[in-house]
Amino acid sequence: MKLLPYGDRAVLAELADGEEAMALEAALRGAASSAVGALVPAARTVLVVAADGVPLREVRELLAAVRPVPLDPADDADEVVEVPVVYDGEDLEDVARLTGLGRGGVVEAHTGQTWRVAFGGFAPGFGYLVGEDDRLHVARREESRTRVPAGAVGLAGEYAGVYPRESPGGWQLIGHTDAVLWDLDRDPPALLRPGVRVRFVEAGG
Amino acid sequence: MSATLTVRGTGPLALVEDLGRPGLAGVGVGRSGAADRGALRQANRVLGNDEGAAAVEVTAGGLDVEVGGEGVTLCVTGAVCEVTVDGRAVGSHGVVRVPAGSRVRLTAPRDGLRCYLGVRGGLDVPAVLGSRSHDVLAHLGPSPLAEGTVLRVGSAERPMPGIDHVPWPRSGADVVLRAVRGPRDGWVRDADVLTTATWTATDRSNRVGMRLAGAAFEQARDEQLPSEGVWRGAVQVPPSGEPVLFLADHPVTGGYPVVAVVLDEDVDRAAQVRPGESVSFRWVEAP
Repeated sequence: MKLLPYGDRAVLAELADGEEAMALEAALRGAASSAVGALVPAARTVLVVAADGVPLREVRELLAAVRPVPLDPADDADEVVEVPVVYDGEDLEDVARLTGLGRGGVVEAHTGQTWRVAFGGFAPGFGYLVGEDDRLHVARREESRTRVPAGAVGLAGEYAGVYPRESPGGWQLIGHTDAVLWDLDRDPPALLRPGVRVRFVEAGG
Repeated sequence: MSATLTVRGTGPLALVEDLGRPGLAGVGVGRSGAADRGALRQANRVLGNDEGAAAVEVTAGGLDVEVGGEGVTLCVTGAVCEVTVDGRAVGSHGVVRVPAGSRVRLTAPRDGLRCYLGVRGGLDVPAVLGSRSHDVLAHLGPSPLAEGTVLRVGSAERPMPGIDHVPWPRSGADVVLRAVRGPRDGWVRDADVLTTATWTATDRSNRVGMRLAGAAFEQARDEQLPSEGVWRGAVQVPPSGEPVLFLADHPVTGGYPVVAVVLDEDVDRAAQVRPGESVSFRWVEAP
């Protein structure tokens, strides 16, 4: 773990890979330290922000003492969410070609592995999901769409995701779901939260 | 009967803000809250409220409210503007008792951009995910104020602190912001462009960030940076090379290099810089 400067209120912890970042985020979340005001997990990093009035030194001390919790793929303690998907995305043909899997192979790869929410961002309720292998790793679209509908299921780089609401976006769209990703009247509002595991299942179109 | 504020005019943008909703980054929700946090705290302290009580953040003046119910005790902090009660000037940065039926108006600030209208008892609007802050990026929280909006005033739980004025802010002109080198300063050819150029806040600035023009950073790498956490004060360099200084409603994560991070206290000053005004930076050691 490398600690990078981030002003007078935060430290950016950089890890070797996404797994390590998830393990550190899980450990820090578990420690529930009063020194921490916010945790921002991301692809290879965790931004650790000091709570108001707490000196940054205490955050550094916490980071020196914390023991990351390695993620056990067999661990069934974490919640598993099933997301039904109709595989009718506008980029499904492109993804089939880019991955060399064919349409059926894409669906099989998407439904045949357990995904895990690594971090959030982009919009409330949007989770970056990492899978078990690299079969579905594809570049983003060359051109972003100005409007991607809510429920669109996409791929970009090493991640899968579901758009919680209509927004612009550059992910490769392979299908759509009726699952509600974000609902302020639900507790918790986000269906996909860091650590939650996800299984996509093919729904009748 | 408790007090109310009925909105009769909003100016360009008037929002309810408190100190935000930290801790929800994992589900894609940023902190948000007052852009000038120090000014909000100041109003609340002098009114005997919790520091994080909700107030109205008024951008570029123009707020006009009618006081109902029992009347209110208020204080306007942040940018220096003229405050009138039924047309009579009462001044900003002071505590004022306003009876029911009065109209309170804020002029455009003489200096600075954002004023905070705090009321004793705080604004009692429904909280969303634990905060009464409107987030313009996430579209969360109380709706922007509009003509006819009625804001309920909460009840005060502590005595007044017995201070009737708060210090005026430093001038918003020729602001020099202190910055610490950022985690990705090596991703641009020369991070010192930040401190050698004089920047102008463009009219594309908002609560998400202050967009700066005046020079451009040259990217030093071709590869893409994996998304990483963003926080208030981060100076991010997108492919155009013109930096963005993130303010209250910044995105949760971003994929462009952060080359500097402005000290927390100075982000409050940045939030008072108007579009078209100049701003410069100087490096300080990391704490």
